[in-house]
Amino acid sequence: MNRRRLMRGMPAVTADEIRPELNRIGRRGLFTRGLSLGSLALLTGCDLSTHSGVDAALWAMLRFNDRVQAALFSRTRLAQTYPASAVTRPFRFNAYYEEWQVRETPPDWQLELSGLITDKTPWTIDKLRALPQEAQVTRHICIEGWSQIGQWSGVPLHVFLQRVGADLKARYVSFKCFDGYSTSVDMPSALHPQTILALDFVDRPLRAEWGAPVRLRIPTKLGFKSAKNVQAISVTNTYPGGYWEDQGYDWFSGS
Amino acid sequence: MYTTQTPRRPAHPLPIRIMHWVGAAAVICMMLSGWAIYNASPSLPFTFPRWMTLGGWLAGGIAWHISAMWVLFMDGFAYLLYGALSGHFRRDLHLPGPRAVIADLGAALTGRLGHRLGYYNAVQRLFYIGVIVLICLAVATGLSIWKPVQLGWLTDLFGGYPVARGIHLAAMIGIALFIVVHLVLVAIFPRTLVSMLAGSAAEPEETVR
Repeated sequence: MNRRRLMRGMPAVTADEIRPELNRIGRRGLFTRGLSLGSLALLTGCDLSTHSGVDAALWAMLRFNDRVQAALFSRTRLAQTYPASAVTRPFRFNAYYEEWQVRETPPDWQLELSGLITDKTPWTIDKLRALPQEAQVTRHICIEGWSQIGQWSGVPLHVFLQRVGADLKARYVSFKCFDGYSTSVDMPSALHPQTILALDFVDRPLRAEWGAPVRLRIPTKLGFKSAKNVQAISVTNTYPGGYWEDQGYDWFSGS
Repeated sequence: MYTTQTPRRPAHPLPIRIMHWVGAAAVICMMLSGWAIYNASPSLPFTFPRWMTLGGWLAGGIAWHISAMWVLFMDGFAYLLYGALSGHFRRDLHLPGPRAVIADLGAALTGRLGHRLGYYNAVQRLFYIGVIVLICLAVATGLSIWKPVQLGWLTDLFGGYPVARGIHLAAMIGIALFIVVHLVLVAIFPRTLVSMLAGSAAEPEETVR
């Protein structure tokens, strides 16, 4: 069924088919699956989902921590790099859905640009490959705590943003993906030399499960910031949030 | 007639009492929210029941963890500063020799070691020094896995990210064991709880109950 659909260039899964799962992982559901010790201590459901004063305080602390993290961030301090032999095998798949739900690149895919960018002409993979390329072997650290070492190469994001005439003084760069994912990063992190629009994973063009045709790779942030299957990039001064960030994941999530 | 009696010093001076309870609340919050984070990717073959965690899920746990960390950090810093400047560390918490520890431990296990408010025997001193070191270790490894790039030197010091994460977990287990033993001893000597709340006077030498 799914294979047939993929061959016809249709999404492997439609939203309707996984509606129960989507609802289950929906914001409310995530927070109300059971009681916590917090509830016993009259901190009822203080898990970022309610409008209680404690949750408001937790959100305020998240924003405060984001400011601290931005202050700690250095544009020149590099993430540790490793020899190619250190790459973790097998490399673990991770997304907000199961591996069988991975989506192939739509046939008419082009990288779309919007917001504070002078030249918004969409980009093809061939055009991206014609830009200077940068390779890295770095540790991908998941917000859950596990980590693995991978090798990515592609266009440094600062090269790309300069090339398209992005406003480099804007506050945010946001990423929308055709698998329904989204995220955003602060401009200083976007311009970090190790932040790349990755086209290859371990010397081969990205496969669908590793984020084809282009993904963000940003080793100065937690793994969920390295968005896969990127469809559109936007430069903006309006806080864009993101798939996990809107549910309470720490927005800056800098390493 | 006059008396030579001077007011005795409190066994737990007010700053110690405040910092103890603020620190205790912060450590408990750190531990319970840490368990919520641990559950997202357990590195030991068990997870913590949800009702034992704070924050309910990964993001909630992280929000609590990075909120309580400021309380713990400031409380711990104030305590270390106070302990060093007030003479508390020198007077009460100097590192005991192994012979004193063995003697006091033997006495404690055979029920012959009493408890005198305001005085710390060798086993107690070792115990409190131990938990202070463990909390410092938990904070340092916590910083190193929070900022493995910006504080990369610290992460390297602990042997890299995965090892630092393991040490962070081990420090938590050590602190949890301390809390268990500490609570048992408070239950055996409940007047220490009264003193930590209300500030009883230190007991004179001959008082060994």
